[in-house]
Amino acid sequence: MDEEIYKENILDHNRNPHNREVLDEYDLRGGGTNPTCGDELELFVKLGEDGKVTHATFLGSGCAISQAGASMLTDKLKGLPGQGMTLAGLKLLAPGDIYSMLGIHISPGRVNCALLAYRALNDGLKNAKA
Amino acid sequence: MSMLDTKAIKKDFPIFEHEKDLVYLDSAATSQTPQVVLDAMNGYYTSFRSNIHRGLYKMGEEASEAYESARASVARFIGAAPEEIVLTSGATASSNMLVRMLEESGSIFPRTPLGFQGESLEDEIVATVMEHHASLIPLQELAKREGLAIKLVPVGLAYGIDYDAAEKLITPKTKIVACVLASNVLGTINDVRRLADLAHKVGALMIVDATEAVGHIPVDVKKLGADFLYFSGHKMLGPTGIGVLYGRKDLLEALPPSVFGGGIVEKVTGESATWTSSPKRFEAGTPNIAGAIGLGAAVEYLGKVGVENIHAHVRELTSYAFEKLAQIPGIHVFAAPVEQNVGIISFTIDGLPAAATALQAGVHPHDLAQIAGDSNVAIRAGHHCAAPLMQTLGVPATARASFYLYNEKADIDALIEAIKKAQMMFAK
Repeated sequence: MDEEIYKENILDHNRNPHNREVLDEYDLRGGGTNPTCGDELELFVKLGEDGKVTHATFLGSGCAISQAGASMLTDKLKGLPGQGMTLAGLKLLAPGDIYSMLGIHISPGRVNCALLAYRALNDGLKNAKA
Repeated sequence: MSMLDTKAIKKDFPIFEHEKDLVYLDSAATSQTPQVVLDAMNGYYTSFRSNIHRGLYKMGEEASEAYESARASVARFIGAAPEEIVLTSGATASSNMLVRMLEESGSIFPRTPLGFQGESLEDEIVATVMEHHASLIPLQELAKREGLAIKLVPVGLAYGIDYDAAEKLITPKTKIVACVLASNVLGTINDVRRLADLAHKVGALMIVDATEAVGHIPVDVKKLGADFLYFSGHKMLGPTGIGVLYGRKDLLEALPPSVFGGGIVEKVTGESATWTSSPKRFEAGTPNIAGAIGLGAAVEYLGKVGVENIHAHVRELTSYAFEKLAQIPGIHVFAAPVEQNVGIISFTIDGLPAAATALQAGVHPHDLAQIAGDSNVAIRAGHHCAAPLMQTLGVPATARASFYLYNEKADIDALIEAIKKAQMMFAK
């Protein structure tokens, strides 16, 4: 029995995802597809004048892990008011950060689910005009 | 209808001794292996391992005989002649090789010039939207390389092929018709013969992907009207890494090889080579000898249990699963009715919009597969390598349960329990 993956905070983020909306004005917009199940997710980021993230949102449906991952990642990007991550910080995010953020064991079969929002973010960074 | 004695059958499969509470509902992905298959392969490795068609010593002859006798068993199993059976590494290799063989032959795709009044006369490939990527993508790539159009027959009533649409799509321009015999998502057993007759009427070749069908329902290449047909060993109790490409004798004989190497030549000079007879011409290099011997043993085992008995057993299970799944609130089943089903059911747990109880919650297929897996219930979640079909079904992914000779009704009960458990976890 290894149900630890569905910890209460994961289920909670899945039930009531944070930041699940479209941003009309954004600086980064990227999409990701989970190749194993076809789930799609879009992520939007708006930067403030100080270059820090003020808004981060996502849209898309998927399994609990991908939804919780997107909900938690967008929270993380925004941080506390006035303490959003910088563009340089976004570029430094690595898969390991996402796993620690989720705080659960991600088996090889669920890597694509866990990293769906992260991939959408990277797609946005790639699309961003320098 | 009678069911198989699963207690006895399970004893033939060592996995159930090793994993005592395994509920294996993923045979459409790969089946389990009976001891007789392992013994046959082990026999080769321990008592007569040597290369085939080369050694002049006793073991070499023994290996060659075992390999050729496997080919003969497979041929008998699908109503073909041994010289019509090419042993490959699996359905994907068969499909890719076949497309290249047809392309290399040059005779099948004369590039059609523009017609008299400038209208396009480009050749066409007709496949179905149910095709597995292993069948579809090689054809797509062929179409791209050779400038052919590719048309997909849509799904019609009861998750079957839309045969009326097929009749309109198959025209004198059609050079190839490709159809999966049993859908790996919907379980549908397609009326391949009907498409084959349409194909032959316009002079097109009929290619059949029988991967989910062979060993599950009786398959006879002649009755199906297949010009080419392929499948994998590992979905019919054989080992992984072995598969079959059947080709009608006269057609195979006219095709060049597409994989080159040793064992397929008649004469080689510094500049070029000529090919030996078919089917050897298509088996370059040392083949998967143990795999072929294992596949031969699997076919013998299936013959002993009886494919018709297996299908009858699986139908009982499919019918029972339909009945049980229908009781889950908010379930959507994507599967052919039991009479046309090979033993595969896809479904999604959408939940009810205003779920009043925990048992009405929706669960994503991946989450369901994981929670089921935690209870040792093996099912599949995903697009099942049939993305165009998923697009027409309007879902990114489904959960899939598939049944085979070693499954019993208790396995389906375990699946239902797992679904309920997942719904409880995902209740709002």
